[in-house]
Amino acid sequence: MAHGPKPGFTRWLYTTNHKDIGSMYLWFSFAMFLLGGCMALVIRAELFQPGLQIVQPGFFNQMTTMHGLIMVFGAVMPAFVGLANWMVPMMIGAPDMALPRMNNWSFWILPFAFAMLVSTLFMEGGAPDFGWTFYAPLSTEYAPPSVTFFIFAVHIMGASSIMGAINIVATILNMRAPGMTLMKMPLFVWTWLITAYLLIAVMPVLAGVVTMMLMDIHFGTSFFSAAGGGDPVLFQHVFWFFGHPEVYIMILPAFGIVSAIIPTFARKPLFGYSSMVYATASIAFLSFIVWAHHMFTVGMPIAGELFFMYATMLIAVPTGVKVFNWVTTMFRGSMTFETPMLFSIAFVILFTIGGFSGLMLAIAPADFQYHDTYFVVAHFHYVLVPGAIFSITAGVYYWLPKWTGNMYNESMGKVHFWLAFVGLNVTFFPMHFVGLAGMPRRIPDYALQFADFNQIASVGAFLFGAAQILFLFNVIRTVRGGKKATDEVWENPEGLEWSVPSPAPYHTFSTPPVVR
Amino acid sequence: MATESSYYVPEQSRLPIFATIGIFLMAFGAATWINGGSSYIFFAGSLAMATVLWFWFAAVIKENMQGLNSDQLKRSYVWGMGWFIFSEVMFFAAFFGALYYIRTFTLPWLGGEGDRGSSNMLWEGFQNTWPLMVTPEQAVSGDAAKVVGPKGIIDPWHLPLINTVLLLASSVTVHIAHVYLKKGNRKGFNWWLTATVALGGAFLFFQVEEYLEAYQHLGLTLESGIYGTTFFMLTGFHGMHVTLGTIMLLIMLLRSVIANHFKPDDHFGFEAASWYWHFVDVVWVGLFIFVYVLGA
Repeated sequence: MAHGPKPGFTRWLYTTNHKDIGSMYLWFSFAMFLLGGCMALVIRAELFQPGLQIVQPGFFNQMTTMHGLIMVFGAVMPAFVGLANWMVPMMIGAPDMALPRMNNWSFWILPFAFAMLVSTLFMEGGAPDFGWTFYAPLSTEYAPPSVTFFIFAVHIMGASSIMGAINIVATILNMRAPGMTLMKMPLFVWTWLITAYLLIAVMPVLAGVVTMMLMDIHFGTSFFSAAGGGDPVLFQHVFWFFGHPEVYIMILPAFGIVSAIIPTFARKPLFGYSSMVYATASIAFLSFIVWAHHMFTVGMPIAGELFFMYATMLIAVPTGVKVFNWVTTMFRGSMTFETPMLFSIAFVILFTIGGFSGLMLAIAPADFQYHDTYFVVAHFHYVLVPGAIFSITAGVYYWLPKWTGNMYNESMGKVHFWLAFVGLNVTFFPMHFVGLAGMPRRIPDYALQFADFNQIASVGAFLFGAAQILFLFNVIRTVRGGKKATDEVWENPEGLEWSVPSPAPYHTFSTPPVVR
Repeated sequence: MATESSYYVPEQSRLPIFATIGIFLMAFGAATWINGGSSYIFFAGSLAMATVLWFWFAAVIKENMQGLNSDQLKRSYVWGMGWFIFSEVMFFAAFFGALYYIRTFTLPWLGGEGDRGSSNMLWEGFQNTWPLMVTPEQAVSGDAAKVVGPKGIIDPWHLPLINTVLLLASSVTVHIAHVYLKKGNRKGFNWWLTATVALGGAFLFFQVEEYLEAYQHLGLTLESGIYGTTFFMLTGFHGMHVTLGTIMLLIMLLRSVIANHFKPDDHFGFEAASWYWHFVDVVWVGLFIFVYVLGA
């Protein structure tokens, strides 16, 4: 049954092909990345100077909220699912995803859910303005009417994520080629298996917490209202029980991508494969018992503060194992610095910086100073931008020749990398300083002494944004033509995906390969 | 072996995009309705969703009867259902967790105990009791309070006990039905499955009785403070799951009675529904202990 895609637009609506669906996920996520990025630029433009210049405080709050929601649920998560769709079946020698129709459904829910979320910007009272963490009672008693649409948008996004995750688990556990034992799976597959487990475990908790909000807002329940015996702090506990595993959902697949790229360009096998697997599993386990480090200042008993502080610090151990393994893989390797490798090395260095600031934040007494300042913003942007975004970008450059059959333009890729690298550091590094000096997050105006660093950050943000246009241009050019890629693409890369032709045929591994 | 001839990868399908439109209209319609708009969009979406699910399941059943589903493909459905039930477990965990947190931390602190007891200054005179009959607002504002606690609560040893017996019995009957099915005794299967559906229906009947009693005589409502909140949200979501499970089992019964769909060695549709039923039963045991018995 060797046949290509159906002609016409309906191919994309009705497709059951993992490669089609992967591409749609990736394009959707890039569109959301640009939209969320534009919102970030509105924020940075307003913060270029103290005082109010461009937007009103209410709209500013809508921008911070929507920027966060769109980047987390619209850009990073779908990009990883898109990469999983493309790569997991090819990496394990499967003909497609385990449940192809549900795969299509998981994708198509997303554009509808985000249309609904973004439409709140045009509703009476404006879009949600309570931050992407939507703490009660700001998101219940004091929320704009559009919060109801936000809640239902989150519900169907969650349904999409759960179905996508179930599909990935079923694919990995059931569809591996003969001989592909668990401990032979590429790390990208391993990290996604564990990520999918996290998704199935915590997305229902997110559904639960928004349901509690809905009931409190419209049906008179008292979950988050002390007047009826409830507790706003309960919201934070339930939210962060979802929220902390969620941040690992956004980083574990990144570990997998980088673990594929670094060995290829260091021309050495990955150092410590099995320790990588166990480290990933340990991080996933720990992610369930550290949630309250997001709420050290909320008023917890001292035993709680201590437990969550030490549990959080423990995460540095498996993460350190990973960083050690990546560095050791590169040690005395015959390294070359193609674009995917540049992004991966930047990942290792900058993600480690973000990890260290995380360790600082984990120290409960010190966190009382850092809490809700720009130091926190600097921290999580250092783990998400060079962590999630850089690894996705690296993955796209790395596998793009396999997807399209063409090589991307290497010099343009390198320019993209350096602009993004410089832009990112100029944007987020100064935030550490203003944060330590006490500038609170989520405000449209600030005290004069923060002006210089904010101006620098804003310039960096526009540079980073502009660099992404180059990325878009490079990808479109590669899709349309360019130097033909070989089947192996790189020098002796490891993995089944390199054993199929470039571009990968519409159906791969109709007959499973035998893995030795 | 994962060959395309043995692992069936369906051709293009219109089902998912229609399912997307259905679920979107349901979500958008529910939000519109709750915000005071019309309910038509929600019902149109529900109808669309139900229709799509009908055709979707019909397609899967037809593929199986044509012999397209290999053992390996069936394992994908098994994994899929298993992990779906796990996600449901986590959904209930959020609500059980909320109940635990309220009883262990929030209410004692509001009542002045422990490290955080200073919050009692905001609600002077509030006493921590469970069931919570007097809300913090009532303790401060008396009759002017908007959130008023219930006058009484449901006695666990009457209707809830009956429902526990009914639901536990239904788990046994659905298992016996399964045993008959595996032996190839279709008649026995049909009868024991009928008994299961009837027990599910009886459970729902008593649940409605209980809710009527709560609303009409006990002042126990969603709005009666945190006791009513946790009581109705936990038992309500469970009731919705029982309803769904009963519908699933009823459809399995009709598939067997009308179309003789199940074979002794090939009946995952029924098995999935019965797993779901056992899951709903386990949740009920949790509810009976933590909401009813330990809550009284």
